[in-house]
Amino acid sequence: MILHELIDYETLRLIWWVLLGVLLIGFAVTDGYDMGVGMLLPFLGRDDVERRVMINSVGPVWEGNQVWFILGGGAIFAAWPPLYAVSFSGFYLAMFVVLAALILRPVAFKYRSKREEPGWRALWDWALFIGGFVPALIFGVAVGNVLQGVPFHLDDDLRPFYTGSFFGLLNPFALLCGLLSVAMLAMHGAGWLVLKTQGAVAARARAVGSLAALLTIALFVLGGMVLYLWVDGYRVLGAQDMAGPSNPLYKQVAVQAGAWFDNYRAYPLLLLAPLLGVVGAGLAFIGLRGRWEGLALLASGASIVGVIGTVGVSMFPFILPSSIDPRSSLTVWDSSSSHQTLFIMLVVTLILLPIVLAYTAWVHRILWGKVDEAALRREDGHFY
Amino acid sequence: MELDIVELSRLQFALTALYHFLFVPLTLGLSIILAIMETVYVMTGRDIWRQMTKFWGTLFGINFVLGVATGLTMEFQFGMNWSYYSHYVGDIFGAPLAIEGLMAFFLEATFVGLFFFGWEKMTRVQHLVATWAVAIGSNLSALWILIANGWMQNPVGSVFNPATMRMEIEDFGAVLFNPVAQAKFVHTVSAGYVTASVFVLGVSAWYMLKGRHLHLAKRSMAVACSFGLLSSLSVVVLGDESGYLATEHQKMKLAAIEGMWETEPAPASFTAIGFPDQAARKTHHVLTIPWALGLISTRSLDTEVPGINALVERGRQRIESGIVAYGALAEIRAARSLEKAPAKARELFEAHGGNLGYAYLLKRYVDNPADATPDQIQAAAWDLVPHVAPLFWSFRLMVGLGFFFIALMAAFFWQSARQRLGQPRWLLWVAVWSIPLPWIAAELGWVVAEYGRQPWIIEGVLPTAVAVSSLGVSDLLITLAGFVLFYSTLFVVEVSLMLRAIRKGPAQDPVHHAIAAE
Repeated sequence: MILHELIDYETLRLIWWVLLGVLLIGFAVTDGYDMGVGMLLPFLGRDDVERRVMINSVGPVWEGNQVWFILGGGAIFAAWPPLYAVSFSGFYLAMFVVLAALILRPVAFKYRSKREEPGWRALWDWALFIGGFVPALIFGVAVGNVLQGVPFHLDDDLRPFYTGSFFGLLNPFALLCGLLSVAMLAMHGAGWLVLKTQGAVAARARAVGSLAALLTIALFVLGGMVLYLWVDGYRVLGAQDMAGPSNPLYKQVAVQAGAWFDNYRAYPLLLLAPLLGVVGAGLAFIGLRGRWEGLALLASGASIVGVIGTVGVSMFPFILPSSIDPRSSLTVWDSSSSHQTLFIMLVVTLILLPIVLAYTAWVHRILWGKVDEAALRREDGHFY
Repeated sequence: MELDIVELSRLQFALTALYHFLFVPLTLGLSIILAIMETVYVMTGRDIWRQMTKFWGTLFGINFVLGVATGLTMEFQFGMNWSYYSHYVGDIFGAPLAIEGLMAFFLEATFVGLFFFGWEKMTRVQHLVATWAVAIGSNLSALWILIANGWMQNPVGSVFNPATMRMEIEDFGAVLFNPVAQAKFVHTVSAGYVTASVFVLGVSAWYMLKGRHLHLAKRSMAVACSFGLLSSLSVVVLGDESGYLATEHQKMKLAAIEGMWETEPAPASFTAIGFPDQAARKTHHVLTIPWALGLISTRSLDTEVPGINALVERGRQRIESGIVAYGALAEIRAARSLEKAPAKARELFEAHGGNLGYAYLLKRYVDNPADATPDQIQAAAWDLVPHVAPLFWSFRLMVGLGFFFIALMAAFFWQSARQRLGQPRWLLWVAVWSIPLPWIAAELGWVVAEYGRQPWIIEGVLPTAVAVSSLGVSDLLITLAGFVLFYSTLFVVEVSLMLRAIRKGPAQDPVHHAIAAE
């Protein structure tokens, strides 16, 4: 097959770098609000009815949203196999904790309503909290570690070796990123609750959400400052062959202070990404306070796009830098799938993703409207 | 290379995959049965069929959610525990996984929300569309994961690239239309349909024995036995197709399943019963059916089926060829590209590259395969033989169960055709006690397919032992213990909720109830 020659290898790699961002953002924006709702559940829902309102506000959609996470895993495997291999084996125990938390979530959604006992329900409420809070925290912590470089190297067979430890992940900058991620998803989840519920739950969500929006701005700006002042970036030495074979060991890399800000110096327009992170959260705050509910949710989504976009743009072309053997670092130009696989996967994505978005929109249209106590009573057999 | 890591990683994969596969078959089959029941409801407008859809839907939901939850582990553990595998074949293996997410998981997961929450929000036809979308989505996911798995059994359409030290795609169409994948897909989804049919049949039989929910039980039974009869026939026929394909692509697996150490003159006989003895390299006390194996596996009278001893000898030759390939590869890598490498090395790699994976078999014994002694080569060749006894017995038990399901379904179908469902009572009890059997058969099927592929993770390309991540034993022990505890707890919760829902029976449908009250 020579069809794949239609698009250059380097262009395909760039497209797949953007698509990687789209997937992570898709996950954070869709699954993010139901994870946010889970985190807030024990605090904003004061009795079983309120908690059921909260749970049912995401009841029909969390499952579809979660596919963004699964698809993220599959797409990284297909388009960036070295990233899939190095990151998940490196962050091994952290990944196990994330999986355990995410496995609890579906079960909690489904099984909570199967019995009436308050103890049973409280148990699953905390499971939903864990299923939202823990992954949000750990994903943030992981990004914080990636920005600092991860202790791994590749041997000549390209076999990855990771030499860090689980507790090494929990350094101050990474924890800062973890908190940012939690605040961001709490803001987003609160935005969803304000849109989908009313009365006491919505009022509490409004208060918590605006606080989370302010926290998001504060932690994001603080994170940027710490990154600028204390975290060294990575820079490829010499020109890297952008269409070369996917072998990271063919390049040289230097660790330099301020290197994560190279791209903004070269293309100031990229500053729009961090700006969107801040302005989005600001607008979410205003939307929550000023009762423009739709705006609040859209703006918190935009803020997520800005924050994740900032991480990607700052590191480009790096995807996973290595702190102990910088030349092992994975970049856009040396850790993708083959030219042909990237092409095939692009065609498949261009056909299927619009279909997915279309029926997801249809489902949301059918489920349009607020969830309240009356709805719980009316639909007793169907709701959680 | 630490063997402990390999064994622990394999154990973990087996446990998590077998556990995941407790929920998948029921999802595959029950989703279709729900769609059939709801189709009848929409076409006839009779409320009982709506009630049936909702009741079996409740049980479907309890099971479905654990399939989804445990599937998360499956999607990520290749990277976690099998990082060298992920690097080595991600270019090919990753694609079907990603397509599975895009094409199948989104479909089933997005519409399953509507299935449960949308009864009052949509027209009947719209809701039916949602139900079918769930069923089609589940079944499509089986298609893509089996395309991925089929490639592990029969790695077509790909080539090794020395510059990137991995397998890369050459012909995606060949991966897609891999005959092994197609046969496995139909065999596996049919097994799922049988599982769901036996489940529905068994639970309905229990209601009949207790004299409860008779209208629901009788109709459910009729659906289950018709669907189940077709599926159990399909599962056996396609299992046979898989066997035929194994003859072509996985001769060692076939020989091990047969416990056949020596090549027999064609057409070979089928060993119905025997006692394989790995140490003595013999199968004792065999009871054979003349000609049967030759006919089943080669569909001819004059094609030989090679025995284990002959295959080990072939394997030894391929290991020696692999050593040449490995040496040539080192030279090519030193030159950084195939084009710049010395002509001699290129020629050698061209001739022997197909056996590179066989050289990796020696990594258990020596770091550099070129240093291997003849004894080590011989030992590595014998590593090509999987454990014969578990395969031999798993296969026979699975096949026996397959024929039992045909008989069970046929018996109920016969009673149904004569309008005598519910009699005789002993047959109902057989159906109830048969409920666990399809799960046993399905798990055994996994054992035959995956355990039978050992020592390869990708048949002939990459041995399992070199595919693992460089983790510590403690990492693996922690996650293994975690999974065992966590999964066992969830299993107990699931089964207890399932039994509770079955005991409770169908809820009085609010709409149905309202109509009845008027």
